[in-house]
Amino acid sequence: MDSSTSLETHHDTHHRAAAHEEHKLGWWRTYIFSTDHKMIGIQYGLCGLIFLFFGFSLMMLMRWQLAFPGQALPVIGNALGHLFGPGSMPDGKMTPEFYNSLGAMHGTIMIFLGIVPVAFAAFGNFVVPLQIGAPDMTFPKINAASFWAFGVGGVIMLTSFFVPGGAAKGGWTSYAPLSVVADTGPTFHPFWNGQTLWLFGFVFLITSSLLGAINFITTIIQLRAKGLTWMRLPFFVWTQFVTAFLLVLAFPPLEAAIIMQIMDRVAATSFFMPTGMIVNGAPLHISGGGSPLLWQHLFWFLGHPEVYVLILPAMGITAEILANNSRKPLWGYKSLVFSVLVLGFLSFIVWAHHMWLTGMGSTVSAFFQTTTLLISIPSVIILSAFFISLWGGSIRFNVPMLFATAFLPMFGIGGLTGIPLAFNSADLYLHDTYYVIAHFHYIVAPGTIFALFAGIYYWFPKATGRMMNEFWGKVHFWPSLICMNVIFLPMFLQGMLGMHRRWYDGGQGWNVAGETVWGQTGFQWNTWISSAAWIMGLAQIPFIINFFWSIRHGKKAKENPWDATTLEWTAPSPPPHGNFLSAPVAYRGPYEYSLPGRDVDFTMQSEPIQPTEHVRRTEPEPEPVHA
Amino acid sequence: MNNPPDVSPDPAEHEEYAHNVAKHVKGYLIVGAILLAGTALTVALSYVDFGNSKTNIAVAMLVAAIKVSFVGAIFMHLAAEKRLIYRVLIFTGVFVCALFWLTYLAWYNPIVRH
Amino acid sequence: MEIPYTVNTRPDTGLWNAKVGIWLFLASEVMLFGGLFSAYIFLRLDAEPGMWPHGLLNVPVGTMNTAILIASSVTVVLAWASLKMRRFWAYWWYMLITILCGITFLTVKLVYEWPQKFDHFGAFIKQEALEKYEPYLGNHHLEEKGLAPRREITGHLHNKAALSDPNIKEYDIALDPVNADPTNPANDRPHFLYQPSTDKIAKIEKEDVEYASMFEPRHSAYFASYFTITGLHGLHVLGGVIVFTYFWLPIGSKLYKRNPEHLANRVEVVGLFWHFVDLVWIFVFPLFYLL
Repeated sequence: MDSSTSLETHHDTHHRAAAHEEHKLGWWRTYIFSTDHKMIGIQYGLCGLIFLFFGFSLMMLMRWQLAFPGQALPVIGNALGHLFGPGSMPDGKMTPEFYNSLGAMHGTIMIFLGIVPVAFAAFGNFVVPLQIGAPDMTFPKINAASFWAFGVGGVIMLTSFFVPGGAAKGGWTSYAPLSVVADTGPTFHPFWNGQTLWLFGFVFLITSSLLGAINFITTIIQLRAKGLTWMRLPFFVWTQFVTAFLLVLAFPPLEAAIIMQIMDRVAATSFFMPTGMIVNGAPLHISGGGSPLLWQHLFWFLGHPEVYVLILPAMGITAEILANNSRKPLWGYKSLVFSVLVLGFLSFIVWAHHMWLTGMGSTVSAFFQTTTLLISIPSVIILSAFFISLWGGSIRFNVPMLFATAFLPMFGIGGLTGIPLAFNSADLYLHDTYYVIAHFHYIVAPGTIFALFAGIYYWFPKATGRMMNEFWGKVHFWPSLICMNVIFLPMFLQGMLGMHRRWYDGGQGWNVAGETVWGQTGFQWNTWISSAAWIMGLAQIPFIINFFWSIRHGKKAKENPWDATTLEWTAPSPPPHGNFLSAPVAYRGPYEYSLPGRDVDFTMQSEPIQPTEHVRRTEPEPEPVHA
Repeated sequence: MNNPPDVSPDPAEHEEYAHNVAKHVKGYLIVGAILLAGTALTVALSYVDFGNSKTNIAVAMLVAAIKVSFVGAIFMHLAAEKRLIYRVLIFTGVFVCALFWLTYLAWYNPIVRH
Repeated sequence: MEIPYTVNTRPDTGLWNAKVGIWLFLASEVMLFGGLFSAYIFLRLDAEPGMWPHGLLNVPVGTMNTAILIASSVTVVLAWASLKMRRFWAYWWYMLITILCGITFLTVKLVYEWPQKFDHFGAFIKQEALEKYEPYLGNHHLEEKGLAPRREITGHLHNKAALSDPNIKEYDIALDPVNADPTNPANDRPHFLYQPSTDKIAKIEKEDVEYASMFEPRHSAYFASYFTITGLHGLHVLGGVIVFTYFWLPIGSKLYKRNPEHLANRVEVVGLFWHFVDLVWIFVFPLFYLL
């Protein structure tokens, strides 16, 4: 794509003032079966947030079992036992099977029904077309189809809790061969069982992501506003662009694997089943000849890029908010862009570092160890650029900025603690311990989720025309930050003490060794962690109330309440159907803050360059466009 | 082989245009014939013993690759496509190769062989 | 504002939206089938000697189906060229042929090829009992020639009840030519040559059988990947046929009257998808039928 030509040659007649073209659609078409990217984004966002809280609730239940293994859950235990059926929580005590279901579904829901929909689909849908000055996504109907495929997938996943035997129990990784023999046998329905439904739900979720990702890439390539060249794109758009590519290229191999596992379960094939499997003392009546390792390869071929699907949009959101609230241009825009491209590329060839324990040879291990360490370079560049962006800025600590700045050290901790895991030899010890849990949760929970909160507070006025309450936002932020750390820091200790991530009793049985850190055994740390988790659940209440209350009663917001520079802030709040009153044109880079010789400390992308201006441009070429 | 250009409202040009497209149509038919011949060739070669099955597989994949490049280049217009699409496909090609190569490598270099 | 570049091309990319979209979709399809084919390679490399069957699929029928798909690829590109020349009826006829080709392909697959496989039986003999069934397996002969051993006896199962009834102690099989005459050098490298099951009946005791099944997906890693890949490919063919039919119906002519270029673009997009489906088959056919 030759970026410079886009300036002179857009003569498309469709670019017109279009507010009057808006059709009056019925309630159903406006709010439910909408094809407008903003409404789809909001739908994705609300559903994703609900799923996030649901997935978190599953974990709060598990935390009871981990802190007080074998004890009845007070107050709600019996009710939950009735809700999830026999075999879940008889007399309020959690069964091992139910514990496994909760663990598997926590992971699945948080990643595929929570964070991906919010970080990628919701923010991508709502913000990207606005930031690139487009009237909508390129394929609005496919966009709606993507949302509804997501909806179907979500419903299937939720339904699986209520079939006989409960939801899937194989962990979010669903490793064969256990996942193939799980939920089979006389007490299970051949189709309506947890694991099979999990697989079918996944087919829909993958379809949804694929349709969404194709739409995003096409939109970013085809619908950028006049003058919005590649190097003038806001960093958030770049991260979404790379994320979409990861989804397009990494999800299909998992879909292939899912189809094969469905075949293994439904048609009794042996893709992932080795010869000579014995289950419950009897040989399985299958042909064998398959390979469990094959599942792991195909799973992690998605699984690792998926990590970057979770983190890249968060980085994008953080970048926007950091630049906006430090009132400075983002430091090192070009290196950020290239880092994110390299990150995307490398994320495809590191996957086997999740599989050090599978018995790969040293050649393969050495290869993946090298690529894994390489990938930390662009990550560090990005994080460093963010920190440098703060340097010398006049920082406004509003709620979005609090969350965005908290993202930096949290992501830093998560990233740095990953390095020992990249080394084969260190990982042999740490693999599958709470250390791993702590590592990736630091990236995804206080990392990504904080960035998502930042994004919600930041773009809320654009979506609703009203601000969220600052005070309650801070009441939300500080307890969340403290609790996140109380939850996840001790897990590093537990992991180094050797606590396995899938233990049902919280390590009580293992506790006999009595090794202590700071006077607490690994098991005793569970009480602290669990208490912090429940307090963090409470800490979300101010957010929920703030969110819904502000939709109608928040302070009214202008077009550009944060004095930001990118194109979405030139549209009315909330933007009408078609987004812009007149086709936007971009004349400059995305982060023109504190330009010298100006009355205000921000200069919007849509503001033409003055002849007298000392230009701080991202590109050297002269400006051919004059409106 | 380039794509047919857009139809022109001018009748004279339209005449020439239709003539151009007709040339393309001929090309499409030739490619179709090549593909059918390729299919016959694949079948025939599979009955020839090249000594070991690896060679047979390699030969069959070579013929398939040639057929596929005809489909891609002519039917899917990849012989004259825009740069953007080449870029997308190059990336896809790289990752597909990674998928194949590393899966093979992981099979080839385990610690224990059963 | 309307969405720009649905029909016209964007100057800096030279493309209209759907063309970018379909190529991205095809990229994801490449990865999808790439995943399946890499599984095929992985399993085939992993298979023990003699455990990857050969010559079980009907080559003439497969060749015919290949030719049908290639023909439909030609007609769809001609349909598109006709639209570019603004010859609607030529388009209409080419499209009809394409749709019929697609339907024929699926019919052959679903009505003839698959049921024929489901009706075929194979029993893998336990290692320790191989010697007992030597007259059907001919492993001594194969060993002399340095070829991989045979572990499986195939043919038409006479007592189908034996599959489910534990009281029946043996399988009665009308042997395939390979097992009827295992030392015939013509059978050394198994190739498909259509021969019906012989009338030579073999009785195979169940306790000598490691694993037995009809030629269903569960039969072996080979049939598992065959049915999965061709099944998924068949779904793609079905999808293509449905979309073609949609544009072939009056909806297509309405769009043609409103904006012929738009219809041409749409047909080009589905055509690209169709060529991709053809392209997958070009690999499927030799990998499963011939090699």
